[in-house]
Amino acid sequence: MVKEELANRPDNTAFTQQRLPAWQPMLSAGIVIPGFVIIGLAFIGIGVALFVTSQSIQLLELDYTGVEQTSPCFKCSDPNAKNCMCELTFSTDTLFKGPVFFYYGLSNYFQNYRSYGVSKDDDQLSGNLDNFKSPSDTCAPYEYDRNNKPFVPCGAVANSLFNDTFKLYQIVNGAKKVVPLDGKGISWWTDYNIKYRNPAVTPLKNAFNGTVKPLYWSKPAYELDPSDPANNGFINQDFLVWMRRAALPDFRKLYRRITDGDYAEGLPAGNYSLQIAYNYPVLSFEGRKKVVFSNVSWMGGKNEFLGIAYLVIGSLCVVMSVVMLIVYAKFKFPEEE
Amino acid sequence: LKISQRAREKDLRNLASNLPYEGLEKGKQPNRYFPGNAIKTTKYTLLLFIPMNLFEQFHRLANIYFVGLAILNFVPVVNAFQPEVALIPICVILCLTALKDAWEDFRRYQSDRKLNNTPCLIYSRKEKQFVERRWKDVRVGDFVRVVCNEIVPADLLLLHTSDPSGVCHIETSNLDGETNLKLRRTMSGLCISHPVFEPESFNSVVVCEKPNNNLNHFKCYAEKPDKEKVGAGIESLLLRGCTVRNTDHAVGFVVYAGHETKSMLNNNGPRYKRSKLERKLNINVFFCVILLFTMCLIGALGHFLWLQALPVVPPFLVPDSNGHLDSPSLSGFYMFFTMIILLQVLIPISLYVSIELVKIGQIFFITNDIDLYDEDTDSRVQCKALNITEDLGQIEYIFSDKTGTLTENKMVFRRCSIMGTEYPHKENGKPLSSCYSTFHWVSHSCSSSSQKIDPYLDFFLALAICNTVVVSMATAQRQRVSPGSLHRIFTFWQRKPKRNRTISEDSVTEGDDFNPPVKTEEPGDINGLQTCSLYAPSQCNMPATTSDNLSYEAESPDEAALVYAAKAYGFTLLARTHDSVTVRLPSGEDLVFEVLDTLTFDPIRKRMSILVRHPITKKFVLYTKGADYAIMELLGTPYAGIQKNIAADTQHHLDCYAKEGLRTLCFTKKIVSDKMYESWLVNRRRALAAIDNREELVMDTAVQLETNLSLLGATGIEDRLQESVPDTIVALREAGIQVWVLTGDKPETAVNIGYACRLLEDEDLVINMSTVFQLTCTSILDCTLEEVRRYSEDPRNVDTTQDISLVIDGRTLTMALSSDLQDRFVDLAKRCRSVLCCRVTPLQKSRVVKVVREKLKVMTLAVGDGANDVNMIQAADIGIGISGQEGMQAVMASDFAISRFRHLKKLLLVHGHWCYTRLANMIIYFFYKNVAYVNLLFWYQFFCGFSGTAMIDYWLMIFFNLFFTSVPPIMFGIMDNDVSAEMLLGVPELYRMGQGCNSISCYIFTHLGLFWFSTFWVSMLDAFYQSLVCFFIPYLAYQDSDIDVFTFGTPLNTISLFTILLHLSIEIKAWTVIHWVIILGSVVLYFIVTLAYSGLCITCNPPSNPYWILQSQMADPMFYLICILTTVVALLPRYHKCYPPCPFNVPLSVLQSSFFMN
Repeated sequence: MVKEELANRPDNTAFTQQRLPAWQPMLSAGIVIPGFVIIGLAFIGIGVALFVTSQSIQLLELDYTGVEQTSPCFKCSDPNAKNCMCELTFSTDTLFKGPVFFYYGLSNYFQNYRSYGVSKDDDQLSGNLDNFKSPSDTCAPYEYDRNNKPFVPCGAVANSLFNDTFKLYQIVNGAKKVVPLDGKGISWWTDYNIKYRNPAVTPLKNAFNGTVKPLYWSKPAYELDPSDPANNGFINQDFLVWMRRAALPDFRKLYRRITDGDYAEGLPAGNYSLQIAYNYPVLSFEGRKKVVFSNVSWMGGKNEFLGIAYLVIGSLCVVMSVVMLIVYAKFKFPEEE
Repeated sequence: LKISQRAREKDLRNLASNLPYEGLEKGKQPNRYFPGNAIKTTKYTLLLFIPMNLFEQFHRLANIYFVGLAILNFVPVVNAFQPEVALIPICVILCLTALKDAWEDFRRYQSDRKLNNTPCLIYSRKEKQFVERRWKDVRVGDFVRVVCNEIVPADLLLLHTSDPSGVCHIETSNLDGETNLKLRRTMSGLCISHPVFEPESFNSVVVCEKPNNNLNHFKCYAEKPDKEKVGAGIESLLLRGCTVRNTDHAVGFVVYAGHETKSMLNNNGPRYKRSKLERKLNINVFFCVILLFTMCLIGALGHFLWLQALPVVPPFLVPDSNGHLDSPSLSGFYMFFTMIILLQVLIPISLYVSIELVKIGQIFFITNDIDLYDEDTDSRVQCKALNITEDLGQIEYIFSDKTGTLTENKMVFRRCSIMGTEYPHKENGKPLSSCYSTFHWVSHSCSSSSQKIDPYLDFFLALAICNTVVVSMATAQRQRVSPGSLHRIFTFWQRKPKRNRTISEDSVTEGDDFNPPVKTEEPGDINGLQTCSLYAPSQCNMPATTSDNLSYEAESPDEAALVYAAKAYGFTLLARTHDSVTVRLPSGEDLVFEVLDTLTFDPIRKRMSILVRHPITKKFVLYTKGADYAIMELLGTPYAGIQKNIAADTQHHLDCYAKEGLRTLCFTKKIVSDKMYESWLVNRRRALAAIDNREELVMDTAVQLETNLSLLGATGIEDRLQESVPDTIVALREAGIQVWVLTGDKPETAVNIGYACRLLEDEDLVINMSTVFQLTCTSILDCTLEEVRRYSEDPRNVDTTQDISLVIDGRTLTMALSSDLQDRFVDLAKRCRSVLCCRVTPLQKSRVVKVVREKLKVMTLAVGDGANDVNMIQAADIGIGISGQEGMQAVMASDFAISRFRHLKKLLLVHGHWCYTRLANMIIYFFYKNVAYVNLLFWYQFFCGFSGTAMIDYWLMIFFNLFFTSVPPIMFGIMDNDVSAEMLLGVPELYRMGQGCNSISCYIFTHLGLFWFSTFWVSMLDAFYQSLVCFFIPYLAYQDSDIDVFTFGTPLNTISLFTILLHLSIEIKAWTVIHWVIILGSVVLYFIVTLAYSGLCITCNPPSNPYWILQSQMADPMFYLICILTTVVALLPRYHKCYPPCPFNVPLSVLQSSFFMN
């Protein structure tokens, strides 16, 4: 009866009365100052580790665009030069610790350009034969050639595949000794094993019947590495590396690793010669090309920024905690007297 | 069609009975132009729902904007990746709204169908009896019979009732929520055959006015075949939706049906008010649009310059299919639109939906607050306006009614003055001191042949008779046969509180112990009045009557109090019918007075009279009661000589009563001669039949009769202050709110109540403004203003706490509000701490509110309980109705309905503050969130040739706004407790945060960072700073590496999530379980969804292909190091905000200590 009479009575629960037990973060000096000190010290620790690691990474960059006339590649920078080869020599004073990663780098090259990024056909690249015959229209204008034959692989990204090749020699007593370059596993494991697939046709060449190679390519996709079927066609490592578009206009991409034979420990001090097949034109749009030798650590390549940033922020925290302590001491203690 | 249009538009309608035309085709029906009784309240039809609903939804500008953006995605030149995806959010929002609308419309359809198919009785000529039909079959001109406890199907002109005197009681709770019974009487003079009513014999033409929505007004006349006109008003109209009570059956003639009925014309749904915050919000949205356009312009220009700087076409520039490249300027132009598509998230599409959700949540908590629940009436606070909750937190002026709002409006009879002698009446006092003059009584009433009528007897008779109180037997009262679902359907508007006007007898009863009738002189009394206490008569011969079962239903509590008081002295009102009133005298004798006419109360005359024929003397006697000033000037001199003394003494007593805060009424009597009555009756009849100016004419006749009255005495009725009214007023005032009281009472009563509820303090300087001359008013205003200015500028008065209060009466107020004095009045009122307006009319109340609101540009709140407060409630920014003793009209018109005045304190100080700060903070957070996130994309444009590339997967971007970061702000908007309820109640000054910057205290609170605009800009700056940090730290960390586009975007997205959520976490002042669950849940959801998405999506969603990206990132320690560093740096200014000069803790702790020290 009573219950019925008070039918409108709201539930007296902590939730409806907004009285749920609540934790109010009280930022008192006793918590904030030690907190800042701890965070600051931790950051300084991380910063030191990052900085030291970064410092220990050796890095060698060689621009071979051939802008200056003195550059050995100057002759190749002429757009009319065909199959131009140039040779770059460099020397290291100390052992370049292995495993050495061999990158090529491009500057002022916008792989992140919007319409460029769209211009590819993922289904075609995953080995779908239907898309061989009729590529996705995102590939336009690198979809069909003048004779209406489909480009395989289609699209601007594939079309602009970087096609300079490098050979590295160590000059030992005047003679060139080939430094073996390892091209395996330089792309993402998932790209190589899952995302990109050659069509299940043997020989691979047959799958490409009725298609043409991309406009800028010198050889069709099934001849990218005829020697190794596991590195041919769409699962060619260089191709995969290129297809993963760089985030920023100045980027480097992994070309090879030096892990084998005498060079497993790294590049010994000495003179080296880099033989470059100069094909890729970048000068016209003020791009630059370079090769980069670097060894890597747990934090990847050389980057001093992060270590310094941690050190700065960590120090800032410590300084702030000291300032707060002073403020606290000045304003709090007299009050308590 | 045109004819019917014209017939409906005409000012007067001629309605004839349908019966002679029964069975004829439609074209021959006399009332064919008027709509039928079927109603349709649905907005849409099944077929046209989608176009109509879309049309409706596109009235909201934001929806058009978002649809326009979605369409822009389909324009090829903007290069949108997946234009369909852009449709998803707007479609979801449109669909949700459409579903909500469809559901509401379906509910309306169902209730319509149910109503239309309710059975009712319509007279059929063929069958010569009332036959059962459906409501929808009722037409204008039909005769409808309604039986007891049935709901009236259409507006009926009452022609016949089962009651021999032709009255019928109705309950209008379905219409206006008032549960008292109202009396309706059949149209008099139509010669309706009795006891059996023959509809077929009805041959008059009913002429009535055009339908209108005034529930208390109706005029019509019936023209008989012999051209005689009989008038009728609202007292003969049964309104659709009312319930017939206490009457076996009633028959009426349908005058309005369906949508033309008064109840349907009143049913125009909830009012839409736009809150102040919402108006500010639009400014902010506009700012965001400008920001968006600026960013897009920068993008377009950048793209143009970038293209311009390229010497040749590089391999990464993709020409169109013809191998042709657009010129840089054209590409730049197109890029503008691509940028809009890319950065569109800047205008938060979900903001409006979120605000609505937050308001629903806030209303849930307000209505569920147990402190705002009143056990006596079993009613919660009701929120009728759904979108102005946050306005509760910004109120600067409160306008309050007095009676029923500040006071209980439970009237208790306290004292009376009879023939110039003052008698107290102690409520519930055991040895009840009653005012009863035995000698006179015994000597005169028993010897009823005596020609001299005793004034004491007359006084109590007037008390018992001169009212409109309906007597109902307690047992027979309010028995609902089958309340059924119809009641529920009819209560469209409000949840009706369980409230009964019936005043229980024990509030003013005398108990059983009758004291011997002895008159004693009491020397020591309150106001130096000569007082004699009298005791209730011993009634040895009191017959065993049913009087204990009597229950009085009064339209105003004063009347009930008077009738109970009369009963306490033995004058028991036994029955009241249309034309008679029965009173039992203390001697046990029942007197039946023939009621010749009732001159009802109106606010202009401020009195009511009843004209009866005395059963013994057979004389016409007019008893009048009314406000003292409305009576005193009408006094004549029948008791020549002593009358003047009596009037002066009574006036003295009245003044004393008023000083005590009692409500006063004067009672008079007048013997009307037969001749005078006859001549007056002619006028009266003519006035009643008039259709033009009927009210004025009727009132004029009343004034004609109410002259030369002889004073019997006066009563003082106490209206107690409601519980904790002084506390509430003090707290509201401390909160920086100015409280004005607008009352119809006399200045003395009002000032007294003002002191009692601490509106006025003893040390206050009270300025009294009361004049009848415009010039005096002007000079008083000028002088006072000058004085007040000088006073406030005087350096000596800086520290004094004396405040100024203004008391102004209705007449002066009218002058002060005239256009030339308005500014001066407002200026003066602004400087006063409190303002008391007495003797104001409802229109003046709303005028005061409007003037203050417009002149001072402040947020106003009006609170009242009666029909006279409706204007004021509607004029204010927020109208609050108190569901009290005076019916539900104020509640119906209000935005919020509370049951006690003290609830206002928590409603404003706690809920108002919370709603405002929560919503304001949430909105600011929403803008911040979107700007911070979208700017990441913008900064990236500087590194991709302004080409509109997004480095974050498109779906993840949509999810980010839709799922990962949408729930926390909503939770924040509903549940955040920046300051606890106890603190808000204890330190009312905290309320000032919500008010605009118009006081010194505001200066302090601006520093609290809650002041809207500064906070908005600070947040925008913060958003820019955070987005810069969130973009450039990863940028610098990944510079010169082999990172690819979407791998670069993943840490950015993750950092944004952490920053945005942690930013909110810093804003959250109190963490409950729900907070933890939602914040942590959002983070977990982000990782689960993103991991699943990038684990399953192998070739989907080109060009991003997020396949395995987050997985590979999470295996890289650099990812975590970058995330930690960036989040910390991005939030560093916010940490800083919390310490050392933590804006919240320092002043709050100061306030806190002062609070606890008190």
